[in-house]
Order: sequence, then C-alpha cells, then structure tokens
Amino acid sequence: MSDDVLGTIQSWRAEGKRAALATVINTWGSSPRPVGSQLGIAEDGAMVGSVSGGCIEGAVVTEALDIIEGAPAKLLTFGVSNEQAWDVGLACGGTVEVYVEAIP
Amino acid sequence: MTPAVLEALLAAQKAHRPAVLVRRLDDNEQTLIVDGERTTGPLLPPSLDTVVQGAVRNDKSTKLETPDGSWFVQVFNPPLRLVVVGAVHIAQALVPMAQLAGYAVTVVDPRRAFAAEARFPDVPLVHDWPDEALDALAPDARTAVVTLTHDPKLDDPALTRALHSQAFYIAALGSKKTHASRVQRLHDAGFDDTQIARIHGPAGLNLGAVSPAEIAISVMAQMTQVLRSPR
Repeated sequence: MSDDVLGTIQSWRAEGKRAALATVINTWGSSPRPVGSQLGIAEDGAMVGSVSGGCIEGAVVTEALDIIEGAPAKLLTFGVSNEQAWDVGLACGGTVEVYVEAIP
Repeated sequence: MTPAVLEALLAAQKAHRPAVLVRRLDDNEQTLIVDGERTTGPLLPPSLDTVVQGAVRNDKSTKLETPDGSWFVQVFNPPLRLVVVGAVHIAQALVPMAQLAGYAVTVVDPRRAFAAEARFPDVPLVHDWPDEALDALAPDARTAVVTLTHDPKLDDPALTRALHSQAFYIAALGSKKTHASRVQRLHDAGFDDTQIARIHGPAGLNLGAVSPAEIAISVMAQMTQVLRSPR
C-alpha cells in the first residue's frame, strides 16, 4: 500500500503519463477523509490515495480524465442533497468539496 | 499544480521540512512555503500569515475566505516519528504497523544481535546507548517513544530523556509490577508524579493481547488514541 500520492504522480510523469490531482478542500458533517486528503489519477485510470471511503472516487476519476485531456481545473461538491448533475453522493450524509487539477 | 511546485514539494518532504501550499482557488495561483519561507509563487497577503502558521502548528489544512479571494491552505508536515527502544520480537511487529500508519520509525538497541538488519530490513537502526540515541533523535511534539526491552539499564535512560522532551506519547512495556518498580526508580531520580504519569505503563490498551503482534496492535491503538484525543 502506498500513501505517497505526490511521489506516485511524479513517477507516472517520469514514465511519460499525464496525471491529475484531486484534493479534499472542505468537509461538512460526517466525512470519511479529512481536509487535505489526496487522490492521484493517471491518464490510464490508475489511482493512488483517496478522497472518500470509495463513494465518490469513480466520479472524481471521470472528471479527472477530462481535465487531463485539457478541461479546466474544477471544484466538485458531493453531498446527499446535491442538486447538481452528480449521481454520486456520500452514504454517510456528509458533504465534501474536491478540487481537481491537472499536473501537466 | 505545476510541475515546479510538485518537485519543490517532494524535495521538501524528502528533506523532512514542513511545507505549506497555499492556493487561491479563484485563479489557482499557488505559493509554496517551506520552513516558513516562500520558495515559489506569488507573495501572499499578510492577513494569511497567522492562518498559515496555525495550520502548520495544528497539522490541519483549511479553506478560508478573505477580501482577496478564496484560499486553500494545505499542510505537508514531515511524518510523525516513532522511536522504539528495544529491537525485540514485539518491535518486529510494531515497526511495520507504525510504518503503515505513516510513522517514520527508528529502532534503538545497543545489542547488535537484536538490532540486526536481517531482523529489521530497511529500518534505521541506532546502536548507541538509549540516552545518547534519544539526545541525537531529539523527540518533539510529533514523536512517540516506546521502550520494549524490560531492562532498566536500557529502558530507564530512554524514558528519562523522553520525559524531558515534548514527545506526545511515551510508553514502557512491562507488567504492573515491573512498572511499579520503574515508577519508584524515576521518583528516586527526581521526577514527580505528574511527569511520571506521562508514561503509559504497562504499554498499550488492555485488549488481552498475547502474541507479539497483538501486543503491537495494543500499543499502536493506544498511540493513535493519544494522538487523536483533543489536548
């Protein structure tokens, strides 16, 4: 198991893979991972670290792959009573904000 | 995050320097501060100084709003440290558990047959006497010290040094009887009740642990409990 998100991203880049970084920047209520938790995503879909207990990683990876392809960095919000287009929420009832950006 | 910021951040981590990455979320401008000094990125408004210092001290990343924008202050502190005194069987279980939990672990034991590379592959081993070793390692408020030797000649010098430090967790393995004699010796050495009460002895939560791995779990659990309890 490796928690070294930034080190892993750096080794992906050394292999010529593009990558993105997702960071929990705010939480309300019950949330599985604290502010500052990070998930690294490679262009081939590989992941390191986490931003939740597995509830929202799928959606974050989907966004991250778009951002790797050139979409701008994005602030995502996940929560139970979310009116946005997200299908995913947190079963625990909390809300998290996740910032997703490319590391070119 | 630009590649330059990523590289500077990784270099700071490798050098065990506390780093703070401050992002302005409105435009994703990023400033990296290492050891309190700005290394890359734009100057920050002075109103952020106290927030940055507090974030490092409390090891807590935070988002905040100021008239200058919306900011995310992310702390990258060096890992917690664990000093294990006594390269005994329980240490062989405790060391990998603590490493999984994110601790940088050092094992201290002057007995080279115990503190042998073959028993602790890739773990920093110190063969100095525990008081000298602790002086060099200089435990701080993000360090735990656990003695496992059962031998007062080795445990006591380590505990004495640990009590003079800010270590957040100090524990000594040994039965209640062993601990009672230890408390008496420390009293005789001039420590008062409040100081001695910092030592968790017998080490670990009372889980009824029997095997070395189970005892290591109980120590790891207690260390986590102390770390995460509000102080």
